[in-house]
Amino acid sequence: MTDVIIKLEGITRDYMMGAEQVRALRGVDLEIRRNEYVAIMGPSGSGKSTIMNMLGCLDTPSAGRYWLNGHEVSRMKDDDLARIRNREIGFVFQTFNLLPRASALANVELPLVYAGISGRDRRRRAETALHRVGLGERMHHKPNELSGGQRQRVAIARALVNEPSILLADEPTGNLDSTTSEEIMRVFGALHAQGQTVVLVTHEPEIATHAHRVVVLRDGRVDSDRATPPRATGVAA
Amino acid sequence: MPFFEAVILALSSIRAQKLKSFFSLVGVLIGVTFLIAVVSIVQGMNVYMTDKFADAMGGINTFQLQSRPGMTFGNVTEAMWKEWQRRPRITIEDAAYVEARVTTPARFSRESGTSAGVGYHGKMATGIDVFTVDAEFFRIKNWNIADGRAFSPQEVTAGASVVVLGGELADRLFDGAEPVGKTVTIGGLPHRVIGVVEKQGTLFGISLDKFAVTPITSPARLLTNRPHVIDDLQVQAIDPATMPAAVEEVTTLMRVRRGLKPNETANFNIATAQDALDQWGKISRILFLALPGLVGISLVVGGIVIMNIMLMSVVERTREIGIRKALGARGRDIMAQFVVESATLSFTGAAIGIATGLLLAFAVRALTPLPAAVAPWSIGLAVGLGILVGVVAGVYPARQASRLDPIAALGHE
Ligand SMILES: Nc1ncnc2c1ncn2[C@@H]1O[C@H](COP(=O)(O)OP(=O)(O)O)[C@@H](O)[C@H]1O
Ligand SMILES: [Mg+2]
Repeated sequence: MTDVIIKLEGITRDYMMGAEQVRALRGVDLEIRRNEYVAIMGPSGSGKSTIMNMLGCLDTPSAGRYWLNGHEVSRMKDDDLARIRNREIGFVFQTFNLLPRASALANVELPLVYAGISGRDRRRRAETALHRVGLGERMHHKPNELSGGQRQRVAIARALVNEPSILLADEPTGNLDSTTSEEIMRVFGALHAQGQTVVLVTHEPEIATHAHRVVVLRDGRVDSDRATPPRATGVAA
Repeated sequence: MPFFEAVILALSSIRAQKLKSFFSLVGVLIGVTFLIAVVSIVQGMNVYMTDKFADAMGGINTFQLQSRPGMTFGNVTEAMWKEWQRRPRITIEDAAYVEARVTTPARFSRESGTSAGVGYHGKMATGIDVFTVDAEFFRIKNWNIADGRAFSPQEVTAGASVVVLGGELADRLFDGAEPVGKTVTIGGLPHRVIGVVEKQGTLFGISLDKFAVTPITSPARLLTNRPHVIDDLQVQAIDPATMPAAVEEVTTLMRVRRGLKPNETANFNIATAQDALDQWGKISRILFLALPGLVGISLVVGGIVIMNIMLMSVVERTREIGIRKALGARGRDIMAQFVVESATLSFTGAAIGIATGLLLAFAVRALTPLPAAVAPWSIGLAVGLGILVGVVAGVYPARQASRLDPIAALGHE
């Protein structure tokens, strides 16, 4: 079995804005291996979110091919993509995207509901995930009863609960203050240390130093792709 | 997502928007209320007509030979009315002629009645139905004697001044004291009370127990018709199966006696409980024909309201749909969620409608003479229609929801 989880080959993504064509991605090649911790950087509008949505199977490329764990995702139909999102992908958003009327626990259970896992098992697994992100206490609170950092922890727990092959995060600290951001980055660091493959988007160099590899996008292309020296506090792969 | 969880989810969405949910199910609620109330009242009438009404008329195996219809539903033209007035009355001789020749085993009682005041010791009950009849009348009516006895054929032959009272009349005149042996006046004429009939209750709110029965030869007979003339001859086929044969026989005998040619219409009338039941059958059929239209309109309106509310709901919850899709919900999961929600909403409307419909029917029963009885099929139908309307109304909005693009939906504010 290969260590390559993600392989992108010549991925492009064009949007139509009225009559005008926006070329968000102009041919991206990328490989990500098991237990890598990758930061994607680049100026605003460089295609970071577009590539993350692609990796998360929320979007499909205009051209090019995408393999996830050896399966060619770029050819899959909607239902198969939904299954991949459910089983293989954990996605963390900048705006948390929690269901406001559901408790933290119910939010974390949601992917398991669509995986067809029943009541007790679901609850147990959701509780475990919440404990992993240090939120064992406030499981029955609604999102509006939680702080920003706590909400993002719930979202991370939800992304983890199906034990995905890859954890994707698009500017996960974009809505948080710097102390809280540090906390959230420590959560990602710890998860990576436990063997989780992580890809996160950030435009703050400080945040990117947590990762072991930085991919910089510019105008829809990979501008640079290099390993960063391990930090004193980081855990080596 | 399993069905049960989808219903729980639907209920929580409905609870989250109580007021809007309530408005959206008003249409279904009204339709179902209407369905249940009308069916309950019609059903009540059915039970009433077949049980009580037919009983009050002496059961379905009894008929009256009379000069003209006493009770009519529907249109009576001026010409018909005039023709009825010209008909010869039924006489004691007609009755004797028929009674002597009918071969079907049957009971007979001549009947001649009026409305009169009945008095006792200064108390006077007015507007009392006075029946002057033969002794078999009690058997034909299937009346039980609660106190004392009925009169005998000998007393009829002798023209005894005796009377049997209806239960409520006895209560009114005697106020708990023993009526048997006392003398009451009927239209001023003294009659000795020999019995009281067990109470029958009411029919369409009218007491069935305000009457006095005397032999057809008693002094009270003078209050009813000219000598020899009677209102009708009551005939009861002993075996209900022979009722049509008895009707046939009596008709033929009367036609022969009156010398009617085969093509001449009869100048007498045979009244059966079945006639009244048939009349009622016509009315209830009309109600049942009108019902689907009225219920249908409410349900269609209700369905359109629900569809619009669901479409609004899909727009409002676009982000929720995006989140669910991002986490692995397939199009059909989202579709099912919204269809189940719509069906649950509509079903809730139907359930409330069943409750208010029953409430309405029983309020009508309590406050008016109209009866009401629950028809289980109508409840089943209401539940089925409720769910159906919800599913049909939910399909289009649910399809819209299921087709949303996850990224666009997540970006929705
Ligand atoms: N739905 C869309 N329709 C049209 N253009 C889009 C859409 N989404 C993104 N774009 C364009 O694609 C480019 C890349 O966007 P994005 O991936 O969001 O950049 P980033 O996340 O790096 O800021 C931008 O020019 C943006 O305007
Ligand atoms: Mg972005």
